[in-house]
Amino acid sequence: MKIIDTSGFSCPEPVIMTKKALKDSPDALTVIVDNVASRENVKRFGEATGYKVDVKEEGSKWTLVLAR
Amino acid sequence: MKISTDRKMLALTGIVTGVVAFILVMLGNPGNMGFCIACFLRDAAGSLGLHSASNVQYLRPEILGLGLGAFIISLIRGEFRPRSGSSPLLRFLIGVCVTIGALVFLGCPLRMVLRLAAGDFNALFGLVGFVIGIGLGCIALNMGFSLGRAKESSRLEGSGISILYVVLFIILVAAPGLLRFSTEGPGSMRAPIVASLLAGLAVGALAQRSRLCFAGGMRDIFLMRDTTLVTGFLAVFLSALVVNIVGGKFSPGFEGQPVAHTAQLWNVLGMVVVGFGSVLLGGCPLRQIIMAGEGNSDSAVTVLGLMVGGAMAHNFGLASSTSGPTAGGKVATILILVFLALVSMTVIYANRRKEADA
Repeated sequence: MKIIDTSGFSCPEPVIMTKKALKDSPDALTVIVDNVASRENVKRFGEATGYKVDVKEEGSKWTLVLAR
Repeated sequence: MKISTDRKMLALTGIVTGVVAFILVMLGNPGNMGFCIACFLRDAAGSLGLHSASNVQYLRPEILGLGLGAFIISLIRGEFRPRSGSSPLLRFLIGVCVTIGALVFLGCPLRMVLRLAAGDFNALFGLVGFVIGIGLGCIALNMGFSLGRAKESSRLEGSGISILYVVLFIILVAAPGLLRFSTEGPGSMRAPIVASLLAGLAVGALAQRSRLCFAGGMRDIFLMRDTTLVTGFLAVFLSALVVNIVGGKFSPGFEGQPVAHTAQLWNVLGMVVVGFGSVLLGGCPLRQIIMAGEGNSDSAVTVLGLMVGGAMAHNFGLASSTSGPTAGGKVATILILVFLALVSMTVIYANRRKEADA
């Protein structure tokens, strides 16, 4: 599964990165985010585009798994 | 349809912001200003002696409150994340540009909404410009614009601007002789210090929780057809509209609106700068203050840029007045638009090369 690390980027960039990565990897994608705003935005974007989003907290970051 | 928690929080923040702005004007702040970020950072710059336009000088406690409100709530909720290093100088310069654009129009996005809600139709032209500017920013983002990755920084670095706010507030209360205060004009119109500070703290805390952003709402619609964030924008408008009508302050028209002018081309272009710049920065001036409070030093540098922009707008005669824009302001607006376009293109080109090499 493709993994993108958006740590250090502020919204909307993590969402744009997710959008682009989903074009290459439309079935499943793991997105690492490091702030609450991006976590919520990527989750909302994933759900709005028809993915099931699983959020896991890991230290000061979150791992979001988007799957159909 | 279930209304999401995000939307409810944004609606609550928007309603409180509209009402608080109205109360602040009732308590003495300038008309339709509430707590306009661009105007108040400009007033703060004047109070610190960074410009000498004697009618717009006052260290606005609202600004200090907004930043501290976001700082405190983010500490409590574990959302305080010190970080820095995402093109601070570019952010500073874009911040300077955004305030100059805002002062050509006469208001930041928040004040634009407050002006609209008070029946100031000139702000409609500002809104058109703002939307165009956001569109330009979104095109840049879609083409790969990015100011780069920030890194974790120390807690002292992340709290720096909030500590500065506390120091400034102590000076305001205990040693006001160090500061300049307008005795006439908008800078002399002020709500009591405690009311201003509390208003700032309340809205700052709510804006941190809801991530209210005036530029972000329309940006998200353009970029991902998501209307969540625009809820806040609409809520501020509706709540300010209701309190203005109920309070008898709604006076529709173009002429004679408080601290506004009718040169529509420049109302449009001033806000194109603000919209474009805000999207490049990742948020409107209010959002920059909130993110700075959350420990983002790049946003803190942006806030300083916004403040210096306010000083430059007055030092070089770029800010408009009720009689209209100045010649310098018009030239500056055009040059800034060229500058923002050049910065966008350069960054996009560099990012694409980097991606191709990778």
